[in-house]
Amino acid sequence: MIDVVMPQMGESIVEGTVTRWLKKPGERVQRDEPLFEISTDKVDTEIPAPATGTLAEILVAEGQTVPINTVVARIDETAAEVAAPPAAAPAEAPAVESPAPSPLTERGPVGPVVATPERPAEVAEAPAEAVGPLSPLVRKMLREHNLDPRLIKGTGQGGRITKQDVEAFLAARAREAAAPQPPPTPAAPPVTAAAATPQPPAAAPEIPPVARPEPAKIRIEPMSIMRQKIAEHMILSKRTSAHVTTIHRVDMTRVARMRERYKSEVQQRYGFSLTYLPFITRAAAQALRAFPIVNASIEGNNIVYHNEINIGIAVALENGLIVPVIRNADEKSVIGLQRAIVDLATRARSRQLKPDEVHGGTFSITNFGSFGSLTATPIINQPQVAILGVGAVEKAPVVVDDDKIAIRSVCLLSLTFDHRLIDGALADQFMQKIKSVLENWSEEVL
Amino acid sequence: MRVCQWRQLGRIGYGEALRIQRELVEKRKQGAIPDQLLLLEHPHVITLGRNGRLENLLATPAALERAGIEFFHTDRGGDITYHGPGQVVGYPILDLRGWRKDVVAYVRGLEQVIILALERFGLRGEREAGRTGVWIGGRKIAAIGVHVSRWVTSHGFAFNVSTDLSYFRYIVPCGLSAPVTSMWELGVRAGSEQVHVALVEAFARVFECEMISPVIPVEQAR
Repeated sequence: MIDVVMPQMGESIVEGTVTRWLKKPGERVQRDEPLFEISTDKVDTEIPAPATGTLAEILVAEGQTVPINTVVARIDETAAEVAAPPAAAPAEAPAVESPAPSPLTERGPVGPVVATPERPAEVAEAPAEAVGPLSPLVRKMLREHNLDPRLIKGTGQGGRITKQDVEAFLAARAREAAAPQPPPTPAAPPVTAAAATPQPPAAAPEIPPVARPEPAKIRIEPMSIMRQKIAEHMILSKRTSAHVTTIHRVDMTRVARMRERYKSEVQQRYGFSLTYLPFITRAAAQALRAFPIVNASIEGNNIVYHNEINIGIAVALENGLIVPVIRNADEKSVIGLQRAIVDLATRARSRQLKPDEVHGGTFSITNFGSFGSLTATPIINQPQVAILGVGAVEKAPVVVDDDKIAIRSVCLLSLTFDHRLIDGALADQFMQKIKSVLENWSEEVL
Repeated sequence: MRVCQWRQLGRIGYGEALRIQRELVEKRKQGAIPDQLLLLEHPHVITLGRNGRLENLLATPAALERAGIEFFHTDRGGDITYHGPGQVVGYPILDLRGWRKDVVAYVRGLEQVIILALERFGLRGEREAGRTGVWIGGRKIAAIGVHVSRWVTSHGFAFNVSTDLSYFRYIVPCGLSAPVTSMWELGVRAGSEQVHVALVEAFARVFECEMISPVIPVEQAR
């Protein structure tokens, strides 16, 4: 007999109230499934059964309050009809990694009837947790029919396998067994592995998977939350906006000279290096003032013009990216912008951005030039309607005014705009404005 | 430092929010996702906790239906409460083993989050002994009701920002006949968005975690 006690739900907690029994005496319980609920100061807590067996007796009725560690029920373990399943708590066994991958691990969940009867032993060893939590009923059915849960498509919450799924699988197997068809060949290459590494079928090893575990051809790991978010946003943006990209070549020679002149002074005085990005940001802010529709967003059938020019600067992180926002970018000098860029990028990488520093952008700039890219077609940062891509600034031979060839610092700027709202002509005027500010840089004071 | 992801879900129905919470709780238990803080608001709805008494509902189901208010029995702690537009609802899905294995400390923590957020707007929230929630001048501004399963939390708090308080006439809030209040009633005309930011920052301090905001990606993966 296993005693079930009132658990201590916190240091200062000395008692708890049983609010509801989820099992009746005589009913079977599985280890870790919710057995009863308790209540302490506005918190309801589900308490899992400490063992598998039969709920022998309930000692504390619903509504009763007892001190912690009071025995509230007893579970009779000997009454277990079948051996407990390999019960590892889900937390200890991550959903996608089983400790020693059997050849089956490489198979996708869609393979029809993959030689299950031939390998009962292996199936029994397969941790059920590999496909997420299973209800006791489903576990029992899987055990009885010697099924590998990974071969069954779950239709329950979160892809969970339900009783119906198991029944459907069994029915389908029975149908297939009845139909005259060649038996599944064990030498068939594993489904997902073949999909991941395209290979002619002839190259597939002629060794049945049972013989010995092959070296894994793929490795599966869950996407990080950030990766998932990025994926969502990229697709959302592609679905939302009519993306068009226009590319302009800008002569950065004047800016390059300004930068040369002030570089060491800025480094000494402020402790950061002066890049091209704040010049381009400053030019973009001026162009946004001149063309407010590029600083707008769409809400339903309305155009929302933003009176503030808040420019997001894409920052590459180790495994993703984030777009912190420079507020009122048009009110900042080149030095002020450089300071903001350095500060936001540093804090983005050390993950110290405040929540309101990644919200409220009205336009974005992404500087792939710093990774050597000449140009690219960036994706709009929703709900904005345009994004400026900055290519690498390079010295290049350029034909200048009187048909002479000169060495100039040039760079390609690309603007991806939402063609729902912005016409091509306007997008190009906007780019011409940026180009003109940069090529005729007149601000002597940074 | 532990990571907590926060999401703004906008206005969503109570049933839908329950479904999302259940899904996230499952994933949290499996360790597939980090802690979560969901911020949202509900359309008009009255919910009765597991230990709630139906006599605290002062209107008939028919009257509620006429007023466009949904009614739900739910599995959180606490009695009866009202949610509606203008009320910021927070549902943290936390694995308390990563913080403190103490459900009462957790509830005090939620109160502290609200108190710190109120501070940002110059308001002083108070605790009242034996009456969970946050109070200002004897009126309740935020209600708390929590569910815990294997140390993973769900449900959370309901914080009146610009709530139309007249809807509380249908119930005896949390079974107490004390009056309710809102930030707007106290003269602070804050918007939900500002309150979200204040709550997120307070949450990071109280639960000692790093709040990861939704990532807004830009560059095409190349």
